[in-house]
Amino acid sequence: MANALTRVFLPAYRARRTLPGDTLRSIGWTALPWIVPIALALLWMTGSRYGWISAQVLPPPALVFETLGALLKNGELWIHVWASMTRAAVGFGGGVALGILLGGLLGLSRTFEAYVLPSFNAIVQVPVLGWLPFLMIVVGIGEPLKYLLIGHAALVPVTLSTLQGFRGTPRALQEVAAVYRYSRWQVIARVTLPSAIPVIGTGVRLAFTKAWLTLVVVELVASSEGLGYLIVYGRQLFQLDLVLAAVLIVGAIGYAADRLLNVFERRLQRGRSV
Amino acid sequence: MSTLDWEAGTVKGSWRGLVLPVAALAVWWIVSRGAQAGHGVMVSPAQVWDTAVEQVRSGALVRALSASLARELTGFAIGTGLGLALGALLGISKLANRAIAPSFNTFKQVSLFAWIPLISVWFGLGDVAKVVFLSLAALVPVVMHTSDGIRAVPVNWLDVARAYRYGRLQTLAYVVLPAALPSIFTGVYLALIYSWLATLGAEYLLVAGSGIGNTLVDGSEQFRMDLVVFGVIVVGLTGWALNALARGVQRRWFETSRAA
Repeated sequence: MANALTRVFLPAYRARRTLPGDTLRSIGWTALPWIVPIALALLWMTGSRYGWISAQVLPPPALVFETLGALLKNGELWIHVWASMTRAAVGFGGGVALGILLGGLLGLSRTFEAYVLPSFNAIVQVPVLGWLPFLMIVVGIGEPLKYLLIGHAALVPVTLSTLQGFRGTPRALQEVAAVYRYSRWQVIARVTLPSAIPVIGTGVRLAFTKAWLTLVVVELVASSEGLGYLIVYGRQLFQLDLVLAAVLIVGAIGYAADRLLNVFERRLQRGRSV
Repeated sequence: MSTLDWEAGTVKGSWRGLVLPVAALAVWWIVSRGAQAGHGVMVSPAQVWDTAVEQVRSGALVRALSASLARELTGFAIGTGLGLALGALLGISKLANRAIAPSFNTFKQVSLFAWIPLISVWFGLGDVAKVVFLSLAALVPVVMHTSDGIRAVPVNWLDVARAYRYGRLQTLAYVVLPAALPSIFTGVYLALIYSWLATLGAEYLLVAGSGIGNTLVDGSEQFRMDLVVFGVIVVGLTGWALNALARGVQRRWFETSRAA
C-alpha cells in the first residue's frame, strides 16, 4: 500500500532497480531505522559528557547501565521483577478467565445480556484509575488491590471481544451444526467457541497492554516492592539512573510480552482460514 | 481493533437493564442501614447525596472538574495536533516512516505511566508536567491511526488521481485525506478517552493543584467513602459525556462524508 503512495509522490522510485547506486541505497535503507536511536544516544552521551545536561536532570547512559548491571548482579532486581510478574500473572489471568466466562454468557444468552450489559457498560465508563481510591478504602493497599485493578483492566477488553466473537459465528457454520443435530453444548464447544477464538485473541492482547499499564500505575501509587516501586523509590532519592533503569526494564518486559502475544494471536488467526 | 471498546451489542431501551443497578442500590441502602455503627467504609446513599449537594453548592465540584477538564482538553489538543502532524508524515513519506516508525513503536511499548516520575523531575508537579503527560497520552493513538489510515488508501483511488493528473496537494486533499478520515477520527476519539484516563493518573501521581483526581485522593486519604463514591460517579459521568460527544461528532461527520 505504501508502494502505491511512493509511486504517486516519488516517481523516481519506480526506476530504482536499474540505478547504479542500488546496493548503497539498500544499505542506507537497512540502516535507516537505526539513525534516530543512535542519534539520540549520541546526543545523550555527548550532552552529559560535556555537561550540557545536568546529571540531576538526565544521568549519563553509562551510569544507567552501571545501575542496571548492579541491580542484576545483587539480585535485587529479581525480587522486584518477580513481585510485578506475579501481580501481572494473577490479575491478568483472573481477568482473562472471568472475561471469557462473562463475555461467553453475554454472547450466548440475550436475556443475560439485557440484564447485565447495561450495568457492565456503566461500570466501564469509570476508568480503572477511578476505582483506585474506592478500592483502597474497601480492600486496603495490599496485594488484593493490585489483583483487582489489574484484573478489572484485563476483564473489560476480553469480555467485549468474547461477546463480539460469540455473536459473529458464521451462519453457514451454524447451519451445518443444525444439520448434524448438534446439542447446545456441542454447538458451543465445536462451533461457537472455535470460530470466536481469533477475536478473543485480539482482546487478550489488548488486555495485556492495559493490565501492564495498570500494574505500573498501581505500583507507583501504592506498593513496597515491584518495578513501579523501584521507579518511585529512585525518584524519591533523586537517583534518576535507577528510575531510567527501571523504566527500561518495564519497557523491555512489556515489549517482549506483546511480541509473544502477537505471535500467539497470528497463530490463532491462521487457524481460522483452514 | 479499536472498535472493540464498549460498543459491542447494545440493547436499546429495556427495563431489564435497570434491574441490576436498582437491586444493587437497594442492597446498598439496606446494608448501610443495618451497619449504621460501622463507620467509615459503609456509607449510605443519603450520605453520598448530601456530599454531592455540598460539593455542588460550595463550588468545589465546579472548581475541581473545570481544572481537570481544562487540563484534559489542553493536553488533548496539543497531543492531537502533534499526533496528526507526525502521523501524516509517517503515512505520506516512506522514508520518514522507515526512519521513525520503529523507534516510535518501541517508545510506545513503555508503559505510559512509567514516564511520570521522569516528567516530574523535568517539569515539576504543576500543570505543565500534567499537560506534557496528557499530550503524550493523546499523541500515541493519533499517530498510529493517522499513519495507518493514510497508508491504507486504496491503490486504485490513487491511480484515478494519477489519471486525472492531480498534483501532489490535490491528491492529498481530494483523495488521501477523505479516504483516511475515518481512521484518523478513530485515533482522535481514542486520544480523548486516553487523555481522560491520563488526567486521573496525572492528578494521582503529580499531586499539586486541584482536580477531580485530587478530590478522589483526598477522599481516600481522609477515609471519606462518601466523597470517593461521589468522585467515582462524577468521573464516570464525565467519561460518558466525552464518549457521547465524540460519538455524536463521528456520526455527523460520517453521514456528511459518505454523502459527499
